[in-house]
Amino acid sequence: MISFTDVTKVYPDGTTAVGGLTLEAPTGQITVFVGPSGCGKTTSLRMINRMIEPTSGVIAIDGRDTGSMNPTELRRGIGYVIQSGGLFPHRTIVENVMTVPLLLGWDKNKARATAMELLERVGLSTSLAKRYPNQLSGGQQQRVGVARALASDPPIMLMDEPFSAVDPIVRDQLQDEFLRLQNELGKTIVFVTHDIDEAVKLGDQVAVLRVGGTLAQLATPDRLLADPYDDFVADFLGRDRGYRGLAFASAPALAIEPETSVRLGATPQEALAAAAGRDWLLVVDDDGAPVGWVEPRKLREPVSRGFLHRGGTVARQGGSLRAALDAALSSPARRGVLVDDAGRLVGTVQARDVLTEIERGPQVSAPAEERIEDTP
Amino acid sequence: MNALWTWLFDPANWGGAGGIWQRIGEHLIYSGVTVLIASLVAIPLGLWIGHTGKGRLLVVNLVNGIRALPTLGLLFIAVLLLGPRLSGDLAFLLPAIFVLVVLAIPPILAGTYSGVDEVDPSARDAATGMGMTPGQVLRDVEIPCALPLIFSGIRSATLQVIATATIAAWVSLGGLGRFLNDGQASQDYGQMAGGALLVAVLAVLVDLVLAGLQRLLVSPGLSAPRQTRRRRRGEADAAPSAGAAGAAGSGSADARSVSVDAAEPSST
Repeated sequence: MISFTDVTKVYPDGTTAVGGLTLEAPTGQITVFVGPSGCGKTTSLRMINRMIEPTSGVIAIDGRDTGSMNPTELRRGIGYVIQSGGLFPHRTIVENVMTVPLLLGWDKNKARATAMELLERVGLSTSLAKRYPNQLSGGQQQRVGVARALASDPPIMLMDEPFSAVDPIVRDQLQDEFLRLQNELGKTIVFVTHDIDEAVKLGDQVAVLRVGGTLAQLATPDRLLADPYDDFVADFLGRDRGYRGLAFASAPALAIEPETSVRLGATPQEALAAAAGRDWLLVVDDDGAPVGWVEPRKLREPVSRGFLHRGGTVARQGGSLRAALDAALSSPARRGVLVDDAGRLVGTVQARDVLTEIERGPQVSAPAEERIEDTP
Repeated sequence: MNALWTWLFDPANWGGAGGIWQRIGEHLIYSGVTVLIASLVAIPLGLWIGHTGKGRLLVVNLVNGIRALPTLGLLFIAVLLLGPRLSGDLAFLLPAIFVLVVLAIPPILAGTYSGVDEVDPSARDAATGMGMTPGQVLRDVEIPCALPLIFSGIRSATLQVIATATIAAWVSLGGLGRFLNDGQASQDYGQMAGGALLVAVLAVLVDLVLAGLQRLLVSPGLSAPRQTRRRRRGEADAAPSAGAAGAAGSGSADARSVSVDAAEPSST
């Protein structure tokens, strides 16, 4: 656990970057610092490994005051990932990942073996190991940055906008993999971002900071969306809070209807028969995974991928209400496609059933939530 | 032209005391000692300035100021001041090496300083954040990353020194400058032209050797895409400094933020 106790940072020119921050980042969880620029989120992060020294207050790791520790030793025990990767351009990928183990005096072979294992773990082919950072894409570099931070298996990771320099598609992918990795590793992570969507997606708890480095609200993402503490937090969270909040509500009891489908390659006659008078028919591939919708009446030749309407999103059974609702709304047939964990078709849901479930489900509001008093 | 080839291809001119081989050897020794001393002064200073960020203004002013000094004039002053206190050949050798060192320091200093200064701040930040000590950051990150620019500074300095070491002959020392001086005195234009040609060839050959060394020592990760981007930016910054030495030194285009390629020294 990392605890901030009344931590401030005032720069020599009088600017207050962090103004009396008190919070805890629980062990094994992701705590996200989010806020507009100038809210001191990066400063707060960098004070944990003493890249910046606090003006006053105490930051403790598992009860030990970091101010009493040797900064170099402290940093070697904390994974550190920064925005642009910060890879060493003169070292190969595997050498980059080996940095901290070698600083800790590991045997070179052991360090190399660990590094290779980590490259695979973060989704990089080990054939990239001998390349140099400038031969990799931004997303790949960022994965190397994560692998490098994990190399000595530190219990704590500090991540400063690690995914903000890559394009949105890659970012989404990196976020998903990051969550998968964290599921396996269970690190204590402090993550800084300016992107509230990223904060809500990744955080076990989210600390919203306001300019001047004070805490506006500390809450789990669903509570944050359901019950913003004040106008600042509400504004910062932005629109569609109700809809986005559904991402945290699961739908175990959703009414799933069986859906007739045909495989790719079905003839127009087969398709018409299967549709049984409905306008849209779902098409699956040989593994039973939905690939898109067709209109059987307009079909003149066997179903191929080129004919498919691909507007519909696919939701996982037992996933969030948001995904189920979106699947229903985006489907041309207005029937949202649900799949199992292996991606095979389970059935479909309609928007009205999802809405019924939303209304029936527990209201996501949290009057008992711990509110943080604002210190002006 | 004929006189040049006659002089150059006459075996009698190559061997023996005062022959071409001996002059080349002397020239290389003067140049080598000079670049060595200049590097010992300029590289640590450049590393310190680049690492700490202190004294940048000093570098720019020092480098440009020294460049404005006329080397030959400086040589005569140095001989006049230092000569009487020394005996024998040293009375001329030491002043000559001194002025050449003064000539060689600016490009090496500028190259080293800007090399360290230009290290990607995020790489430096990551290095410290992962628990490297300041010494480790300098040794394992800043110096290796600065090597391309350090090298181009050394190459640029070496070219200038080889070209300018001919002035040693003005104060009765050896080196290839002898052929220029003696040729002029005896109106032997073949000898003069031959000497000049040898200086140019020597400069190119030494630069090739240094380029090979650079290739061996500098990480391949620092060349290719990244480097070209830097060079393009560098050319925009240092456009007015497209210098005479640049003709033979491809590396000299790199050391840019303080323009390294000054005009050729006045004496040649």
